[in-house]
Amino acid sequence: MKKQPFLRTLGLLVMTCILVSLNYSCNTGGNTSSGVLGDDVASQVYVAPGEYDEFYGFMSGGFSGQISVYGIPSGRLLKVIPVFSQDAEKGYGYNEETKPMLNTSYGFIPWDDAHHPELSQTNGDTDGRWIFINGNNTPRVARIDLSTFETAEIIEIPNSGGNHSSPFTTENTEYVVAGTRFGVPYPQADVAINSYAENFKGMLSFISVDQTSGEMDVAFQVLLPAFDYDLAHSGKGKSHGWTFFTTYNTEEKSTLLEVNASQNDKDFIAAVNWKKAEEYLAAGNYKEVPANYAHNVYDEETHMATSTMKKTVKVLTPEDCPGLVYFLPTPKSPHGVDVDDTGEYIIGNGKLSADLSVHSFTKMQEAIANQSYETTIAGVPVLKFEDVLAGVVEKAGLGPLHTEFDGKGNAYTSFFITSEVVKWKVGTWEVLDRAPTYYSVGHIMIPGGDSKNPEGKYLVALNKITKDRYLPTGPEMNHSAQLYDISGDKMKLLLDFPTVGEPHYAQGISADRVVPNVKKFYPIEENKHPYRAMGEKDTRVERDGNTVHIYMTTIRSHFAPDNIEGIKVGDKVYLHVTNLEQDWDVPHGVAIQGAENAELLIMPGQTETMLWEPKSVGVYPFYCTDFCSALHQEMQGYIRVSPANSNLPLTWGLNDEQNQS
Amino acid sequence: MLLGSLCLLTLFVFPMWKIQLFAPQYPNGVTMHIWINKIGGETPGTLQNINILNHYIGMKPIEPEAIPELKYFQYIILAMVALGVGAAIWNKRKGFLAWIILLAIIGAVGIYDFYLWEYDYGHNLDPNAPMKFPDDSFQPPLIGKKNIINFVALSLPHIGGYFIMLGAALAIAAWWLKGKLKS
Repeated sequence: MKKQPFLRTLGLLVMTCILVSLNYSCNTGGNTSSGVLGDDVASQVYVAPGEYDEFYGFMSGGFSGQISVYGIPSGRLLKVIPVFSQDAEKGYGYNEETKPMLNTSYGFIPWDDAHHPELSQTNGDTDGRWIFINGNNTPRVARIDLSTFETAEIIEIPNSGGNHSSPFTTENTEYVVAGTRFGVPYPQADVAINSYAENFKGMLSFISVDQTSGEMDVAFQVLLPAFDYDLAHSGKGKSHGWTFFTTYNTEEKSTLLEVNASQNDKDFIAAVNWKKAEEYLAAGNYKEVPANYAHNVYDEETHMATSTMKKTVKVLTPEDCPGLVYFLPTPKSPHGVDVDDTGEYIIGNGKLSADLSVHSFTKMQEAIANQSYETTIAGVPVLKFEDVLAGVVEKAGLGPLHTEFDGKGNAYTSFFITSEVVKWKVGTWEVLDRAPTYYSVGHIMIPGGDSKNPEGKYLVALNKITKDRYLPTGPEMNHSAQLYDISGDKMKLLLDFPTVGEPHYAQGISADRVVPNVKKFYPIEENKHPYRAMGEKDTRVERDGNTVHIYMTTIRSHFAPDNIEGIKVGDKVYLHVTNLEQDWDVPHGVAIQGAENAELLIMPGQTETMLWEPKSVGVYPFYCTDFCSALHQEMQGYIRVSPANSNLPLTWGLNDEQNQS
Repeated sequence: MLLGSLCLLTLFVFPMWKIQLFAPQYPNGVTMHIWINKIGGETPGTLQNINILNHYIGMKPIEPEAIPELKYFQYIILAMVALGVGAAIWNKRKGFLAWIILLAIIGAVGIYDFYLWEYDYGHNLDPNAPMKFPDDSFQPPLIGKKNIINFVALSLPHIGGYFIMLGAALAIAAWWLKGKLKS
């Protein structure tokens, strides 16, 4: 009898152990997926030192305003490309050459919200020439040259507010598009906000792209009701010639949109026939209206950007252009609109519904031919939902946002509310697989996943919420991406990696479509910068009133000149520095004590300019900021600043060679 | 014989010699090309890159304008081509032999001259050089491989150089065959 309590205790202990171990194993299984216990996940993302990744991944920076470039599948960060935001690291938007890139009709805007990167395409395939991205806040579209991975051009979009449904290229990069997310008065005017439905409009812009230079031009705009044009994708294959835009706020409300813009059971997908638009343009069926928007181009030979203001834009109105736009009713405040790789299916990701509505391009054409309209809004025929619907992916999850394709007849949709990616079959609309994301996935990306020929090997989920996925870094932490292997029937989680800013959309491309075109440095003989110095013999200092131009060079491991005297307080000193190096990855940097600026970071063969306005008398050191060589620490110099009324002549020199103006 | 002498013309199309430098941070090496009338490299910037490397140890910059051989050696080669063509037309064994011997002498003088320049660059170092390695020799190898501080230097004939050898071989073959046909 005495032994019983002891036995009971022992029994309890054993029970507890079993429960604890069960609980523990449950946790492990839930958190890290079955991959850990199954096959070797690590080797699938392991790219050995010195080896290259198979794909480039271009992630938008969201509120960072930039694009970050990752290697896929390793998740290694390769570069951050400054686009819409000043970048002190590279001097972008700080040096005189790139300041004009950020010019707008509102003046110099050093930041934007960069949303959707989109690779250029040829015949519906990503071609590795350029990547475009939209600035949402001050409506802009940028073009990045993939031979240099630098921003080559930025064009502002007139008559727009919140450039969200952008840039989403056509099949041969004939156009990238820009649709306004926020209705704005057209033309801008001092009107009552509650006159929204009456005075506000929504504009869709088509930006033509020159096939050789890449140069962009707002070819035309389509004037529509002030719905919120949320996202877009252009047709391909049989639907080439059309671009589709989702809408919400078809209620046309201006306050408490979370309720008031969520009332209609169905909003629309606006289908724009841009080939028809070209006919109307050729026929002169447009209005050329006054506008004011910046067009900024970076010239790779002068290493300088120029900003010009454009003064008119061509506007097409559906009333005057029958057949230009149709509305496809789509439940319910659809977010992404994605066209499958065959070009037949147009997927409306009904954000506030559990279903995905898939429209058929063929059925849409039939409905248009039969003129089977439900009604007409502002000259735009509204097709009947049942007429154009191909199928519904039912109750796949909550909050569908975006869909990508794998080229094998499958589609993958992100569900924000239920934090998962769902794989479903195009045509039968059956759900095949689902994988959890950590946490709250927004966009997803499959390399080429919105092109005609997706490379369906990996899927990247771009998650909005990170919480406990990494070592904590205080209240603010990087967003998180997750890489899935989608080569098999079931999706397999391979890797977590943190991302810069807030990646909205991303694009991926086989490295071999990009690598052969990538430049290693700028040939010095092609340098046409007006203030270049083509060698140390060319270096000098020139005064023109209060403005001083210093023509300086860098080469391992000195500046020429490195001692300069005769600068005065109140001068505007332009330091034009040419990097004479002609070898891969030998940039030099320049920083001057007290310059209200960022450093210059000058690539081989390039010239960059820093404006320095010395405020007080003294001798100020400057130095190279990029560890260039064994004698990098010695790469330094001095500039002497004398009082404003000083008569000290300008002198400059390097070692024994001293010069005087 | 004619072909043998014309082989020398390839010197105006291809470099005759190359010196390559290998180090971890130069995964593809730095390859300098020596032509009959110029010094270049795989890229337009190669010579500058080599001079940048050399300046750490105080080696004087390689300036093709300062090397007179690059100016006049091409005329010697052209003269040799003319003599070779002449010998071919003359079509006498002793003419062939004379041309072969002359080519050998010019080749030997050329290689000796190359050695002298290498010696000059490798030993005439600026005493104010930032880096000094008193016990090390910076003279590149005449032919073959050598370790020079952190670099492995490799000196080998290039296409033009091989064509000189081919030219000589063809001339010797012509001389030999002619002898054989006679007997």
